[in-house]
Amino acid sequence: MGSRASTLLREEEIEEIKKETGFSHSQITRLYSRFTSLDKGENGTLSREDFQRIPELAINPLGDRIINAFFPEGEDQVNFRGFMRTLAHFRPIEDNEKNKDPTASEPLNSRTNKLLFAFRLYDLDRDDKISRDELLQVLRMMVGVNISDEQLGSIADRTIQEADQNGDNSISFNEFIKVLEKVDVEQKMSIRFLH
Amino acid sequence: MAWFVFPFDNLVCMCLGISITVWFTLLLVFIIVPAILGVSFGIRRLYMKTLLVIFEWATLRMERGAKEKNHHLYKPYSNGIIAKEPSSLEQEIHELRGSANSLRSEPEFEMADIFYFCRRGVESIVDDEVTKRFSAQELESWNLLTRSNYNFRHISVRLSALWGLGVLIRYGFLLPLRLTLAVTGVGLLLVLTTMVGFLPNGETYLSEKVHLICYRICVRALTAIITYHNRENKPKNGGICVANHTTPIDVIILANDGCYSMVGQVHGGLMGIIQRAMVKSSPHIWFERSEVKDRHHVAKRLGDHVADKTKQPILIFPEGTCINNTSVMMFKKGSFEIGCTVYPVAIKYDPRFGDAFWNSSKFGIVNYLLRMMSSWAIVCSVWYLPPMNREEGEDAVQFANRVKAAIAAQGGLVDLLWDGGLKRAKVKDAFKEEQQKLYIDFLNRRSTSL
Repeated sequence: MGSRASTLLREEEIEEIKKETGFSHSQITRLYSRFTSLDKGENGTLSREDFQRIPELAINPLGDRIINAFFPEGEDQVNFRGFMRTLAHFRPIEDNEKNKDPTASEPLNSRTNKLLFAFRLYDLDRDDKISRDELLQVLRMMVGVNISDEQLGSIADRTIQEADQNGDNSISFNEFIKVLEKVDVEQKMSIRFLH
Repeated sequence: MAWFVFPFDNLVCMCLGISITVWFTLLLVFIIVPAILGVSFGIRRLYMKTLLVIFEWATLRMERGAKEKNHHLYKPYSNGIIAKEPSSLEQEIHELRGSANSLRSEPEFEMADIFYFCRRGVESIVDDEVTKRFSAQELESWNLLTRSNYNFRHISVRLSALWGLGVLIRYGFLLPLRLTLAVTGVGLLLVLTTMVGFLPNGETYLSEKVHLICYRICVRALTAIITYHNRENKPKNGGICVANHTTPIDVIILANDGCYSMVGQVHGGLMGIIQRAMVKSSPHIWFERSEVKDRHHVAKRLGDHVADKTKQPILIFPEGTCINNTSVMMFKKGSFEIGCTVYPVAIKYDPRFGDAFWNSSKFGIVNYLLRMMSSWAIVCSVWYLPPMNREEGEDAVQFANRVKAAIAAQGGLVDLLWDGGLKRAKVKDAFKEEQQKLYIDFLNRRSTSL
């Protein structure tokens, strides 16, 4: 299982990933071991089937959407860099990062980027707007068959009404941020990676 | 030229003859005779202690080597990659929403709710409870086997020499020795059980002895060092012995200390010959492939066997498949419906000497046995737990879970509700619907509490 863990991942690659994502050296090696154990085809990339083999993910109502988030537009395979880039969104925000060099690009695990990740779970066609249909789709995934179409429709209408500010009957990213401004995104969208 | 070669040839033959004789005498005296009599010289335990000392030294050398080069040594963390909070859906989404009030009568949904599912989903991608049970456990220190080493770059010359010596010993000395013993053990089993089969029916004393001798030889063939605990709880006639399953070798480990009736499918080839021979001297239960699907038929045969108090206890592995010995997965309820006393047994292997887990998707049985015979040893502990009976008002599934919890607690294994069949099959949709139901129940609770 882990017999190729440290040997196939070169030091330069580890350094690059460290810079891009902020994970530590040991976290990257550990996650690489996890990546290879999921990679049943042993070809250095993961496909959607590899993710769906995880039972706890398969029973998650939003499982398919989450898997989708790992794959870049139109592609069917994700390599280790892409895997780490997506996971980096879930790193906790550390205090010393908040005062870093303002000219550097925003880290992947900033509050805005975490919200963008969640936004993209709703916004399937990537047009930067959550339409009523897209909202209905996600709602249906979360509740299953337990609510009627009418009830679901009225829930969707109410949600859009509360969030929509420019009257276009859909939720843009800025409107999304406004709705969630009281939510502790930093804590709820972070995973505590051990060192 | 001929006279030049002739005496040399003679010499070689003589040397070969002498060494083979010496070899077989040593084998007989130190291994086979003790197996027959059921005594032990303690050679295996001394061997085990020596190995432990060497392993620790090897790991220290590797750590030192890594520090000198200022590299990081890969250390698998048996505690996990992430720290998971054990909180419920209700708790988490409640926290997400804060203390927002609402006057609505319909179930209310908030856009922030997806954060809960999203985080749970990504947590399971990074570390889940199920997929890691189907591959070999990672070790904290190196045991001089390339199959369990993740730090190839940090091996010094001295360590490589030690490893080379290890290879020589394992493949040059231990493997042929073990193969000889295995062949002897299986051969004796076939011959002796057939012979006992000719004796009048009901001759149990001799057949038990024969089985025990052959299993003891097989145990030595694997250099298995077994510690049995709580032998006063050993399974008795008219009961079912239930154990966690890691490898086909579990059968040999348990049968080394007691006589059981095995249950299984009829195989062809060598396995089939062994099965037929075993049945001649004691009542094992072998099913044809077609009969296995018929649950009533299976239950009836097991029930009949158990009702007959002169027959040995049945040995069953309710997980149905091999798990990697870090956890116990769902017990199939079939054996718990029969209604007799259940004797739980916990088996825990020490992976430092050789990982006993059979990863059937990676290795076939022959490959697996060769790997077993070329590891250092198989060290395990067996705990016999006090017998359990189904209580009033408990159904088979609850009983099965109770037994499973007892075995997991004794063996220091994680108690999981997941089905071992997930090794090959997809999870049922019903479980996803359960999650959806949890969410909708939560929403309904929020709206009706106003």
